[in-house]
Amino acid sequence: MSDSAPHPRIGVVTFPGSNDDRDAAWALRALGAEPVPVWHADPALPELAAVVLPGGFSYGDYLRCGAIARFSPAMEAVAAFAAEGGLVLGICNGFQILCEAGLLPGVLRLNASLSFVCRDVRLTVERSDTLFTARCVAGQSLTIPVKHGEGCWFAPDELVADLLDRGQIVLRYAEPCNGSVADVAGVVNGERNVMGLMPHPEHAVDPLLGSADGALVLASLVDAARDRVAVTV
Amino acid sequence: MRATVLVRPKQGILDPQGEAVESSLRRLGFAVAEARVGRLVDVEIDGDDPAAARKQLERMCEQLLANPLIESYEIEFPAA
Repeated sequence: MSDSAPHPRIGVVTFPGSNDDRDAAWALRALGAEPVPVWHADPALPELAAVVLPGGFSYGDYLRCGAIARFSPAMEAVAAFAAEGGLVLGICNGFQILCEAGLLPGVLRLNASLSFVCRDVRLTVERSDTLFTARCVAGQSLTIPVKHGEGCWFAPDELVADLLDRGQIVLRYAEPCNGSVADVAGVVNGERNVMGLMPHPEHAVDPLLGSADGALVLASLVDAARDRVAVTV
Repeated sequence: MRATVLVRPKQGILDPQGEAVESSLRRLGFAVAEARVGRLVDVEIDGDDPAAARKQLERMCEQLLANPLIESYEIEFPAA
């Protein structure tokens, strides 16, 4: 694939217990990408322009959400891909995995309410200067569904202040959702090539599904992937 | 040898599970000031040198059993 690929190849990793991998692949295809399935046991990634870690309950959420998936061969390859500057988006369980793997700051904990939350939520785009939100404008309101029991993002106060300073807090809940510190719904890493968010953009890519706001996030990723030379690890 | 790893939410970290347990205990009539909920991992480990085992267990905790952002851990060797 060249950097001008019309249909950039975006890997979607399936772990045992992933359940949004097919929705993610469907949404990526609808937005012009070529989704490429990646199996958790694959020690190497095919040639890809970006990787999506989908939602679900990888490895049964044993110990802590995402704590075990981090050790899968595919995740080691994804970590190497990210270290080379590859674009990685983690959605819900994918976000939890990226935090546990140390690729994103913070950790996702049990919702403050102790209840599973499954509904559309309003989000505010804090930063549109990321490759994952380039199609949005700062301050824009998005409606995207969440469905999680452990989405309460936590980081110590000093870290939150640093992340705000450096523009790494990308999305915030505009209404009470799960008790996240600073209402954080999505963050990027310092290099700005890895992002995680608890809401599910892949479930909101068509007005028939209630909202198409998720398409702004995923289409931003597809645009960025299209501009990139595929990275092989 | 056998070791027990106790993983707890760090002091000052909100523990909604502990709060729910605490209020339930109060509803049962117990005068409980606080309850915190953690996790216990029993580990059977090769060797019989407690110092070496402790070193290994500390690495296990740092790499997997506890998340240092939110959890503290304690390692105990139960009397055989």
